[in-house]
Amino acid sequence: MTETKKHFWNEYQKEIAEDNFFYERSCIRQSFFPGSETIFLKILTDDLGKNIIDDPNQHTCTGIGYHSDVVPFDTTMTVVGRLFSLMKDSGVRNYVPSCVTSFGVFTEVVETWKHFPEELEKTRDNLRKATGREFDIPENIAHPSDIIYKYRKELKEKMKYQLVNRHTGKPLKVVEHIGCHYGKIFSKHAVGGAEFPQVLAGMIEEWGGEVVDYPERRHCCGFGFRQYLVMANRGYSVANTKKKFESMKPYKPDFIVANCPGCAMFMDRWQYTIAEMEGITYDDNKMGIPVLTYEEMAGMLLGYNPWDLGLQIHQVQVEQLLDKIGIEYNPDDKFIGKSGKYLGEPEKPENLVVDYGK
Amino acid sequence: MIIGGGPAGLEAAYNIAINGYKVTILEKDNEIGGNIKKWVKLFPDFGDAAEIRKAFADKVNKGNIEIQTGVEISELYSENEKWFAKNGNNVIYSADAALLATGFEAFDARRKEELGYGIYDNVITSVDFEEMYKTGKILTAQGTVPKRIAFLNCVGSRDEKVGNHYCSRVCCINAVKQATEFKELVPDAEAYCFYMDMRMAGQFYEELYRKSQEKYNVNYIRGRISEAAATFDKRIQIKSEDTLTGLPMKMTVDILVLMVGIESSASTTELSRQNGINGEYGFAKSLGLYISDNLTKKAGLFLAGSCKRPLTLPETVADSRAASVQILNYLKLN
Repeated sequence: MTETKKHFWNEYQKEIAEDNFFYERSCIRQSFFPGSETIFLKILTDDLGKNIIDDPNQHTCTGIGYHSDVVPFDTTMTVVGRLFSLMKDSGVRNYVPSCVTSFGVFTEVVETWKHFPEELEKTRDNLRKATGREFDIPENIAHPSDIIYKYRKELKEKMKYQLVNRHTGKPLKVVEHIGCHYGKIFSKHAVGGAEFPQVLAGMIEEWGGEVVDYPERRHCCGFGFRQYLVMANRGYSVANTKKKFESMKPYKPDFIVANCPGCAMFMDRWQYTIAEMEGITYDDNKMGIPVLTYEEMAGMLLGYNPWDLGLQIHQVQVEQLLDKIGIEYNPDDKFIGKSGKYLGEPEKPENLVVDYGK
Repeated sequence: MIIGGGPAGLEAAYNIAINGYKVTILEKDNEIGGNIKKWVKLFPDFGDAAEIRKAFADKVNKGNIEIQTGVEISELYSENEKWFAKNGNNVIYSADAALLATGFEAFDARRKEELGYGIYDNVITSVDFEEMYKTGKILTAQGTVPKRIAFLNCVGSRDEKVGNHYCSRVCCINAVKQATEFKELVPDAEAYCFYMDMRMAGQFYEELYRKSQEKYNVNYIRGRISEAAATFDKRIQIKSEDTLTGLPMKMTVDILVLMVGIESSASTTELSRQNGINGEYGFAKSLGLYISDNLTKKAGLFLAGSCKRPLTLPETVADSRAASVQILNYLKLN
């Protein structure tokens, strides 16, 4: 990192609450990365000793529908108002949405209310009529990756592992990818701004890794909502992902980390699709480049069991990465569910090599 | 008392001094000359900047002109019809009239983060280009001769994102000049200029623009660069849109030159603010644009050159002469 980069990143520091959070889960993350949200809650409560509310009455923020032009903004604002009313009931004032798109929706709605107070009043009225509920605007809205970033030094002290290749002693090369709705709507709400976001880069560097700065670093992951959600557009989705991978390939990244559900999902799964379509992968071993969420990265280094983190659910298998770092795992437990039952193994694709390690 | 020893300040000093008045020039740098010091050749006729600077210096080499260099004025104020300037060490200079000739500063290209200045070594500014051109060579940070170079206009000018809506007026023709100079040095290389509008309003500008295309094969692409990033081999990948064809484009160049615009200098902004003559974008505000452009609402405080707005060198010199007349009139009448 050059001094200049530091200089500008420092200008984009944001306020992140210290404690007493209201957590809002993502619609899709629990199926894409089933361990990530659970591990975030564990890290906050068990490792950092923070208070965080996980309310079972929560619901969608409408983000996917809103960004696909099927949910009108008035509806979105009212649904957001209801989520804020749940936070009000819980007694905390710091809102933490798991999903980057939710984070974008909340910052956009609150900013709208700031500039157009009549929209706030209309939303209060709509929510009152529909549910009889009242809400407060949060004192602080932060993405969970902001909180992990804020406490990256404290977490480092508790970590069993570092982002270092145990065979070479060199830092692992990590591609970081920020969801568009984290920093591109309002760069002031992103740690480090939109051009050189620091939120994941800060974690990687603090935990011993090296950030890969490749030409298409800012390019879309390929999800892009309508690029994928409209089936006829899926070629754009794959093409965008392919462009990123071709750009990062020469740097030989050890893994990719993202803070957005769509980004982590598509950069992982499209590697399989591209391998099937064109017979190519973007690593030297034909195994693909592992893609992690930032909670999985933190949990892995803190020494949580990789299979409790849900790493076995990824398309690109992670054993190559675990072995590089020297993380202990039991391959026999990989497909054993939490109930102790054997879950079965997925089919092994032909072009994206699967090796369960050890 | 003239604050600023660039072209505006030096030209005014000469004109006031030959009329029999004592003049003190207060220059913050250790040498006089202002922004010309950074340039090698000047548009549109490739005039030698060193020679022009020497001509200015010769003009002020007179007994009744005192030049104080390394003096940065932090306070400018009047008391009892006298003007006082104080530097950081609390040394106070006084005079019957004061001329603000504090000039401009080049836009800090690091503020356009997406263009990677200060982050990628092969992204340079037009000021850096001149510095390198002084050595007689234009080379990449790796020491190789570039095969392809791009110039991007309007960096910090006509840009709402950085808060500068105005045109800096000199960057278009400077890009034409520098692209031509580059092609003279490396005839086989490709040179591209990215622009919004080519504003060739000055005398001989259009001719040089045409020559750069016909003789030097400089390519002009109408479009801004949205982002720049280093490739694996340290070249610069740029993305833009060719707005004449309506197509997005991606290109890799060996050097990207950012044509940085003109901004008010820190001294201009601060000293103007202290005297209530602060205008738009931090520049100093004159009393009126048409017939009192060198006057301010403060009696005895005058303005010259690009402390008011972006001006070319000939415009600055002409404006400075006009300011000199206003100051002489003031001194005679008071």
